[in-house]
Amino acid sequence: MIKIQGLIKEFQVKNKDKKTVTKRAVDNLSLHVKPGEIFGILGPNGAGKTTTIRMLTMETKPTLGEIYYNGESIKKNPLEIKKLIGVVPQHINFDNDLTVGENMELHGRLHHMSSEKRKQRIQEMLDFVELGDTINRMPRSLSGGMKRRLLIARSLIHEPKILFMDEPTVALDPQVRRRIWDLIRALAAKGTTVIITTHYIEEAEALCNRVAIVNKGKLIAIDTPEAFCKSLGRITVEWDDADGHQYQFFESRQEAAAFAGTLEHGAHIRRTNLEDAFIELTGRKEGV
Amino acid sequence: MLQDICTVFWRDWVVLKRRLPKFILSRMVAPMLYLVAFGWGLGRNIQVGSGSYLDFLVPGIMALNSMNISYNSLTPLCTERIYHRSIGEYIIAPMHFNAFIIGKILAAVLRGLISSAIIMILALAFGANLNITPLFVGILILNCIIFAEVGFFAAMKMDSYEELSQVNTYVLLPMSFLCGTFFSTRTLPEVFRWFIDVLPLTHTSYLLRGISTQSPVALESVAVLAVYAIIGFILGNKAFRDQLK
Ligand SMILES: Nc1ncnc2c1ncn2[C@@H]1O[C@H](COP(=O)(O)OP(=O)(O)OP(=O)(O)O)[C@@H](O)[C@H]1O
Ligand SMILES: [Mg+2]
Repeated sequence: MIKIQGLIKEFQVKNKDKKTVTKRAVDNLSLHVKPGEIFGILGPNGAGKTTTIRMLTMETKPTLGEIYYNGESIKKNPLEIKKLIGVVPQHINFDNDLTVGENMELHGRLHHMSSEKRKQRIQEMLDFVELGDTINRMPRSLSGGMKRRLLIARSLIHEPKILFMDEPTVALDPQVRRRIWDLIRALAAKGTTVIITTHYIEEAEALCNRVAIVNKGKLIAIDTPEAFCKSLGRITVEWDDADGHQYQFFESRQEAAAFAGTLEHGAHIRRTNLEDAFIELTGRKEGV
Repeated sequence: MLQDICTVFWRDWVVLKRRLPKFILSRMVAPMLYLVAFGWGLGRNIQVGSGSYLDFLVPGIMALNSMNISYNSLTPLCTERIYHRSIGEYIIAPMHFNAFIIGKILAAVLRGLISSAIIMILALAFGANLNITPLFVGILILNCIIFAEVGFFAAMKMDSYEELSQVNTYVLLPMSFLCGTFFSTRTLPEVFRWFIDVLPLTHTSYLLRGISTQSPVALESVAVLAVYAIIGFILGNKAFRDQLK
């Protein structure tokens, strides 16, 4: 479906001495997303997730590298590819001079939807995110979570075949987040390909068929959530001692229990999760 | 392409429609002051050529006003680009970038024409004699296009409202006064005059005034304006594409 080859994105930024330097936000990224898959991109802040998505959605040009949709380079026929794409951006980007309904209508018009279809889909999607009664309000009058829900609703109006979601569930309450998960699963079941970034690792674990872990613009690893956990060891022992919070991975509960028995302090034995893999792979000190 | 141009125009029309009474009222203030101060107050004692100073003045005011209005119609794009980031919706949409630029320019032309119509009505009420022909309207539109493009370019290149208003202060305001709007550039010092005569607003002023007072006009000025409009479009397109860097 989507193939990325040697993708590089560089920005010119000012460093501490106010000199302009080249900063590599995405560094030689290659990967492949299969049709109908929910594909997660995980990484610490500044890892290059948003920049990658912005290149895939053609909001910004790669410095180097190629992107293919269904085997065809995006350079060849960008408009045809853009028709297939829906985007939930990380940053809220409504038109503040238009009402909620007009923002939705603008989206429908930009995607060449007929007037009836537009009306029907806008109502449907607004109702789905429980914002049906805000249609005549200005976006700035909505709460943070409402704006996020509206972003999701907007991205789906034209029924995209490929959906990019950049931290879509940030600031959503747990109930809404679960409903969005259900929606994403339902979309994938119908054949929509979903590329999602998130800092909620349990979200990636719950949703994604495969996950790419990136750090400092580079791809660290790519696999299914289960495989990540398995490769570390299925069971984790966690404990606190004078050096701080510690953990170690084991193949089986017996091994883990035997090890925990040797510790002076009490320990906690649990299943390894994707978060453990994430922290292992991106470096334990990262983000501290 | 046409559909996309309409979409972009539709958006600006929705916004304008909501503020139309306010827009019209606020657009009356500046021209009204010009007419009162220079046309009615000062102008009664001034004779220019054969007609009254008011007849001389009104085309100049229409030129400078349409310049200001169309420029300022597109400067809000700067905040839409940097702060609201709403331009992103257009960039990811299956749409030619030119459709975006053309739609925006047309919306600015509409605003420019509305305010020109307001001036015309006010001027007639002040007793001016105007000869409005299709060519007159065409030149007015061309003038709006050029300065809408300047506004578009500035909105894409400048990083704050502060910088945008500096264009107003250092470029548009001097042009408003010097480009044959209130007085003939013939009275300016030679070197300075040469510079002023190259500027698009000077060509617009002379064309509009010539047509309005039914005097002969230099039609090559139309070609000059057309060249400005084409260059403006190319620069606007480039500035928009630079957003993808
Ligand atoms: N327009 C830009 N100009 C300069 N640098 C940029 C720009 N956009 C991103 N960067 C830099 O590129 C790097 C990657 O940014 P990006 O937004 O892709 O990270 P991210 O993985 O999405 O992070 P987060 O989890 O915080 O959203 C960062 O170091 C950022 O400062
Ligand atoms: Mg991001």
